[in-house]
Amino acid sequence: MPQYETPLGAGPGAGGPLIRFDGVVKRFGDNTVLDHLDFTVAPGERVTLIGPSGSGKTTILRLLMTLEQVTDGVIWVGGEPLSHMPKGGRLVRANERHQRRVRRQIGMVFQQFNLFPNMTVRQNITEGPVHSLGVPRGEADRRAAELLEMVDLADKIDAHPTQLSGGQQQRVAIARALAMRPRILLLDEVTSALDPELVTGVLDVLRTVAETTDITMLLVTHEMQFARDVSHRVLMFDQGRIVEEGPPEQIFGDPREERTRAFLHAVLD
Amino acid sequence: MDFFIDRLPLYLSGAGTTLVITLLGAALAFVLAMVVGMLGTLRNRAARAVATGYTETFRGVAALVLMYWMAFAIPQLTPYEIDPVFAAVLALGLNVGAYGAEVVRAAINAVPRAQIEATIALNMSWWRRTRSVVLPQAWAQMLPTFGNLVIELMKATAIVSLIGVADLTRVAQEQRAATGETIAAFTGALVVYFVIAQLLIVGMRLLERRANRRLGRLPASDTGLWALLRPPPATAIGGGRR
Amino acid sequence: MTWDWEFTGKIIPDLLDGLVVTVQATLLGYVLALVLGLAVALARRVPVLGTAVFAVMEFIRCTPLLVQLVFVFYLAPSYVSAFTVGVAVLGVHYAAYTAEVYRSGIEGVPPGQWEACRALSLPPHRTWGAVVLPQAIRRVIPALGNYLIAMFKDTPLLFAITVGELMYQASRIGGVYFRYLEAMTLVGLFFLLVSVPSAVLIRRLERRYAAV
Repeated sequence: MPQYETPLGAGPGAGGPLIRFDGVVKRFGDNTVLDHLDFTVAPGERVTLIGPSGSGKTTILRLLMTLEQVTDGVIWVGGEPLSHMPKGGRLVRANERHQRRVRRQIGMVFQQFNLFPNMTVRQNITEGPVHSLGVPRGEADRRAAELLEMVDLADKIDAHPTQLSGGQQQRVAIARALAMRPRILLLDEVTSALDPELVTGVLDVLRTVAETTDITMLLVTHEMQFARDVSHRVLMFDQGRIVEEGPPEQIFGDPREERTRAFLHAVLD
Repeated sequence: MDFFIDRLPLYLSGAGTTLVITLLGAALAFVLAMVVGMLGTLRNRAARAVATGYTETFRGVAALVLMYWMAFAIPQLTPYEIDPVFAAVLALGLNVGAYGAEVVRAAINAVPRAQIEATIALNMSWWRRTRSVVLPQAWAQMLPTFGNLVIELMKATAIVSLIGVADLTRVAQEQRAATGETIAAFTGALVVYFVIAQLLIVGMRLLERRANRRLGRLPASDTGLWALLRPPPATAIGGGRR
Repeated sequence: MTWDWEFTGKIIPDLLDGLVVTVQATLLGYVLALVLGLAVALARRVPVLGTAVFAVMEFIRCTPLLVQLVFVFYLAPSYVSAFTVGVAVLGVHYAAYTAEVYRSGIEGVPPGQWEACRALSLPPHRTWGAVVLPQAIRRVIPALGNYLIAMFKDTPLLFAITVGELMYQASRIGGVYFRYLEAMTLVGLFFLLVSVPSAVLIRRLERRYAAV
């Protein structure tokens, strides 16, 4: 079990960054997906991750959601370690209980929606709040209705996921994630599985979320216009490292790195 | 035909015994299958070893051998006699439960990884995830094979006639002995067994339809009574018995 | 009364004799089930005959093997041995299962294979013999193997019609000496000794053929 010299309290505290990757390495077998990655995200910041497929963007989101575990390095969320936990003045691998507590502030929307087919739309949205957060049933139902109103699906509250189009399913999935009142929302290529005509509806909902809340967002997307509109900062990845970062106007308008230019050239044409 | 009509009460009481043993055995098998099947999906090695030990042992030994062992070897080993019906229910339940545990384990493992990831994103506990997401989805997949296992269990109850329980088979044996009418005596019992099997099939098919409707996947063609009586669709190869 | 090792040693030869009969009955019955099952699977594709065959097989599958054994045993003429009755009934009963296995295997052959046969104007015996059946049977080998194990575990039922297999020997010993513990436990162990390794073998077969 790896141990780190990092003394307790050296992590980002209140007022510091909300997310911090500290020398994070992720390997799958011999394949190094993330290579000593360091970066931070401030509270309320919306950050888009771009780069060719296999560059490690999605892995970053999956590590934050604890769907994967780091090979090396530490991930901090809200001043607390997520990948590790303090024990005897050192950091050791986090157990399930620690991760459950810390990741409560994180929500995620998946490329394939991942709605529960055995539940109605309402149950999908209230399941987490009621059973993970202990929100009273009535309050969770009210919140579900509000959220469905926001994603423009109020009439589908008792529908089954299979009765909805892909775009509608993804909007329900967004409502489901927001029902957990996360501080951080992870969006993993949320429009990639949709037919082109359904993309706009989903992006409009996300624009509303961005404009009306101060939720910190990490997005992996191929919708460059959308990324430009909503994000404060763009990180360009290649082979597990950050090649370039900056405000969207600069990255999209005046990329400095050759690899960024080549990538944008490829996706925008 | 007269032979059978005259003896209908006898056959019905035998059928009642057969049905009671079937239902008790199925209840025991179901509980064992769920508990052991879920143990088999845990990361804990000891839990998995217990599950494997149980399934390999009780799938390996035929219910008949198990039943005889309980009925005859246990009284020799301990001061206790085991009631024949109880021995039969225990033997059938343990045996079919072992097959069922494999079905449960496979069905749980077949729930897509993406569904589990969604439960993590909603921060659900292990128990909540299992109860609300994994089991309801695995349930629809278990049911067709459970249906086959219930039929197998019902047929296997005939072994209780060998240790003196007055089930349907025993009734047929006695009527043959009393009258010498082999064909009538046994055809009657076989027909009653067949009817019981068909009732069980329809019942299981109803459960299957409900489970599939809950998952929002009921093919339009699969409606009406006729669909319930049709032979089952070609489920997993050799799903019936292993 | 506790375990008696001396008695155990004394009864083992008789039990082994029974085991030989068990294995013989299993293998002969299995061959019958394999051949008859294939015939049934093919017959089921013939319009009227198919429906009739299906009904009979469904009836056999929904009624207890034990009752079928005893029924046929009483009906059979006296010159037919109990062993023959046992093997025949076991084989026919399991043919009802193997037929379904063959059928699913045949249905699993991609339509493109049939179309290719038609495009090449292959005669039926080549279509079936050289293209469809080899592919169908290959993919159902593990499932058929499972039924061999299942049949092995059903052979103790033959003792009800006085076939001298393992269970019959054990129950005879029990009756003679009024001791069932050793014989019955040994029968259980014999079954485990055969079933567990064969289950492992089937799992290997599954890994080898399921990938096709």
